[in-house]
Amino acid sequence: MQNIYLSIVIAPLVGALIAGLFGKKIGRSASHWVTIGGVGISFFLSLLVFQHHVIQGAAAYNDTVYTWMVVDGIKFEVGFLIDNLTVMMMTVVTFVSLMVHIYTIGYMSDDSGYQRFFSYISLFTFSMLMLVMSNNFLQLFFGWEAVGVVSYLLIGFWFKKPTAIYANMKAFLVNRVGDFGFLLGIAGVLMYFNSLDYADVFRAAPLFATKTIEIIPGTEWSLMSVVCILLFIGAMGKSAQIPLHVWLPDSMEGPTPISALIHAATMVTAGIFMVSRMSPLFELSTTALSFVLVIGALTALFMGFLGIIQNDIKRVVAYSTLSQLGYMTVALGVSAYSAAVFHLMTHAFFKALLFLGAGSVIIGMHHEQDMRKMGGLRKYMPITWITSLVGSLALIGFPGFSGFYSKDSIIEAVHASNIAGSGFAYFAVIVGVFVTAFYSFRMYFLVFHGEERFRHNHHHAEDSGIHGHDHAVTPHESPWVVTIPLIMLALPSVVIGGKTIGSILFGDYFSGVIYVEHEHDTIAHIAEHFHGAFSFAMHGFIGLPFWLAMAGVGSAWFIYMKRPELADAFKSKLSPVYNLLERKYGFDEFNQAVFANGSVNLGKCLWKFGDAALIDGVIVNGSAKVIGWVASIVRHVQSGYLYHYAFAMIIGLLGMLTWIVVR
Amino acid sequence: MLSELPLLSLTIWTPILGGIAVLFVGDDSPAKARRLALVVAVATFVLSLPLWTGFDVTTAAMQFGEFWPWISAFKINYHLGVDGFSMPLVLLTTFITVLVVIAGWEVVQYRVAQYMAAFLIMEGLMIGVFAALDAILFYVFFEAMLIPMFLVIGIWGGPRRVYATIKFFLYTFFGSVFMLIALLYMYFKSGSFEILEFHQLKLGMTEQILIFLSFMLAFAVKVPMFPVHTWLPDAHVEAPTGGSVVLAAITLKIGGYGFVRFALPITPDASASLDWLIIGMSLIAVVYIGLVALIQQDMKKLIAYSSIAHMGFVTLGFFVMFAILRSTNSLSGAALGIQGGMVQMVSHGFISGAMFLCVGVLYDRVHSRQIQDYGGVANTMPVFASFMVLFGFANAGLPGTSGFIGEFMVVLASFKGSFWIAFLAALTLILGAAYTLWLIKRVVFGEVVHKHVAELQDINTREFTILLVLAVAVLGLGLWPQPLTDVLQASVNNLVQHVAVSKL
Repeated sequence: MQNIYLSIVIAPLVGALIAGLFGKKIGRSASHWVTIGGVGISFFLSLLVFQHHVIQGAAAYNDTVYTWMVVDGIKFEVGFLIDNLTVMMMTVVTFVSLMVHIYTIGYMSDDSGYQRFFSYISLFTFSMLMLVMSNNFLQLFFGWEAVGVVSYLLIGFWFKKPTAIYANMKAFLVNRVGDFGFLLGIAGVLMYFNSLDYADVFRAAPLFATKTIEIIPGTEWSLMSVVCILLFIGAMGKSAQIPLHVWLPDSMEGPTPISALIHAATMVTAGIFMVSRMSPLFELSTTALSFVLVIGALTALFMGFLGIIQNDIKRVVAYSTLSQLGYMTVALGVSAYSAAVFHLMTHAFFKALLFLGAGSVIIGMHHEQDMRKMGGLRKYMPITWITSLVGSLALIGFPGFSGFYSKDSIIEAVHASNIAGSGFAYFAVIVGVFVTAFYSFRMYFLVFHGEERFRHNHHHAEDSGIHGHDHAVTPHESPWVVTIPLIMLALPSVVIGGKTIGSILFGDYFSGVIYVEHEHDTIAHIAEHFHGAFSFAMHGFIGLPFWLAMAGVGSAWFIYMKRPELADAFKSKLSPVYNLLERKYGFDEFNQAVFANGSVNLGKCLWKFGDAALIDGVIVNGSAKVIGWVASIVRHVQSGYLYHYAFAMIIGLLGMLTWIVVR
Repeated sequence: MLSELPLLSLTIWTPILGGIAVLFVGDDSPAKARRLALVVAVATFVLSLPLWTGFDVTTAAMQFGEFWPWISAFKINYHLGVDGFSMPLVLLTTFITVLVVIAGWEVVQYRVAQYMAAFLIMEGLMIGVFAALDAILFYVFFEAMLIPMFLVIGIWGGPRRVYATIKFFLYTFFGSVFMLIALLYMYFKSGSFEILEFHQLKLGMTEQILIFLSFMLAFAVKVPMFPVHTWLPDAHVEAPTGGSVVLAAITLKIGGYGFVRFALPITPDASASLDWLIIGMSLIAVVYIGLVALIQQDMKKLIAYSSIAHMGFVTLGFFVMFAILRSTNSLSGAALGIQGGMVQMVSHGFISGAMFLCVGVLYDRVHSRQIQDYGGVANTMPVFASFMVLFGFANAGLPGTSGFIGEFMVVLASFKGSFWIAFLAALTLILGAAYTLWLIKRVVFGEVVHKHVAELQDINTREFTILLVLAVAVLGLGLWPQPLTDVLQASVNNLVQHVAVSKL
């Protein structure tokens, strides 16, 4: 099997290298074929691996590919751990990636960086697979940073756009703040476990459950809490949790296919995956779990609010991604790791679908992203319309759709938990349901229903311009390379939740992979009431979340379709709230003022006063000046006049004689 | 058969004699001078390869030894040999020199023969520094090396070259005088100038402290460590591209090498009691210098400051073992730190060399080092831009490039010493990325705003080759550091054992 695992990783890398290095030579279509081929191979082999491990029930595979280095008795290796969690991630990543590759043919068809784009997304697939298939912290960190770099390259893909190259640098730096914690967490693991191998660390973890360390002398800190919180800071960066979420909305500067692949379906869920992988560590610290829970709940609730006021179609989906990542993090906090990963999977499908749908709308609207200039598109783009509706229903958790199963499980799990912070978290996820439904259907109605607002805008342009006629703006359905992936993603968005909930949450899919302490086991609580997927869905219709979601959809319809003037009225009545949301709670301004400008000013001060004034000014040039000054005085001694020297000699002789006589 | 040749002497004297030959070819036939210089540089590189292929990784003993009496009245010998610490640095020197010769090919038009000869002679002298096992021989090479660098900056340098050369010369000379006194003192105590005998020499605490401080002064200036670093940005800014490359890639390494060859093994107890000084200065280098790098407007200055910050990891890695010993009562992690420091030196040789070459490529075309004179280079020089982004990420310590390994190892080791050392050291993840990516953003990306950028030609075959070779080195080491760490292993373990034993 090792060759198969290796091929899954290598195939997209080879595709990326060929398209990246020789793209100009082999041309556009060869470039997309070679990368699609690579990812296709990966996906196909991942299915084989799925069959091997999940259906035939083969044991987990854990082995080394090569030794990176051995230092000080510690082995640093590159290797694979293939268990049911990995298999799920591999299948999801390669499937979504394949869909995005195909979609890109249509979306990027008239872009001059076509080959480069394909090279990057294949490289991303390689990096993401390295991350999820790793069996040790070193390779995890490699994949972690590598996806970050590809994300950087893709957000800044249109490198002439000032906003894009600002956004990509911001994304990388904010992620680096997370990685800073992550690296320290890894260092902590190495210090106490003397190994970076998952199996070794997890095996030894219980021995350190009560170990305390002194970070500030005289205070005792639980080792596992420190290590887990440090690791989670890494997840906060990658999975965009408050306060490290600020990069994700800006990442929408990148082309839409990567927003779907990287900033919705896969990379941003790496943090969720990582914490689930580390469940044997996190289970040892309720402090860390509470921390995770509260951060997740804050993200789920407050990021949802921001989705309400966005007018850019991609930004609505971006904020919804933030909020959904918050849901997953909440699930981690209440030890419902399997529910988190389950939501990760269903979210990957329906959120990729929503993004690609948004992208399809953007192509159809000739690169217009403002929803205020859309409306009534269902007539022009039927496939995009239906698939987007499917995605939205899945997102709001309409019973029967995939998102319902995963989201409802999370809500139930939070309800069943009694860990510190779970009360607030329950409130957050419940309110979040209403908010999600509201902004999702606000977007849906504004784009696909109601008045066709694009015509007005165009007439303005035409009045003054000499441009042609309607044909330039009439929306059109996207080509098949775009719509096929939409359909392919819509299918699992409907069915996969119901099909798999039984085995993933309540079966033994994750037995031996995810570890939960008995007293934290919230999923076991739900399992008591679980009587199959169908009755779970039926039961959903009488639950509070369903009615909140319906209320959200209803209010969105009433405010934006029935009485559009209400939206403006709210906006002016609630202007303080609106302003707060408009300014995204001030995070960006704060970071810019304190961290960005702060470090630049600090750097200037240190340079001016430390290097230039103190070291060079006083010490270096100062001592040179002192030497020069002393020399300028002493120089007079060497006057060149014989009588000066003779005089000095006589004085000296007298002095010596006096000394001899006097002593 | 190869091992019977005096390989070290050959790698030292081939470039020195070759350099003199290049001088004789003269400025009237620059083409010949260039060709001869390249032949000499490549020959030296080839001659140095058996040092690696024939290296015995299982022993910490000196290999490829050569011993001839030189001035027997004072027991000064021509004694050469390499171990795991010096061999990689000798190879780094021969490798970088080939690139420097090629890099100066069309660019240098003024006094070509002397330019090439200066670099070749400098190469021989620097290899001599790494290979010398006699203290006086070491000192001679150590000081002689300053002369060609002084000339390179002084003759082919920028407008403020005189200030820079004098500052450079006085700074380094100031440091090394104290070292000479320490070496003489130990000669009078031991009756020998053998460095390996100094390692075994019993020394009292006061003696150790004084000797340690004089070594520290000499090597801290070279590294350079805060606060004796201010010569480096000036020297880099004024130096021609080749000079900057050699300065960053090799000369700085002599400082780091001095710590593992002299300070640590000769004065282990002083090192243990003054470790806070070195660790403190290293951490200041990472944080303070990182912030200073952030605001530089001159590309070369920015990379110079980034070099100082990266070299902070070298000295931190070397001395963090004492903190580890205090906090955990065990030496586990000590070797990780020292190896990390060594790997960082080799890696920094590649990356800083590559970064300065990238700046050189731009400077040759636009004749400005100011960041604001660029922007949107990727539009006109896409191939170059790809290289610069790659090296930028290596500079920011991206896993998969060589820049990651050393920092990773040192941070892991530091955590064992103290959470706060690791905390401050790990800030490089943020600061290093910030100054590097901001540089990349302002130079490589964006719209073209300057006319001279719109007219840029992408790199030619010569430049492409140099950058490609460095890219392969950076990625190769990053993806598989084991060959390097294997070479270091025995010597590092030996050093850790040696330092752990008190001399008091």
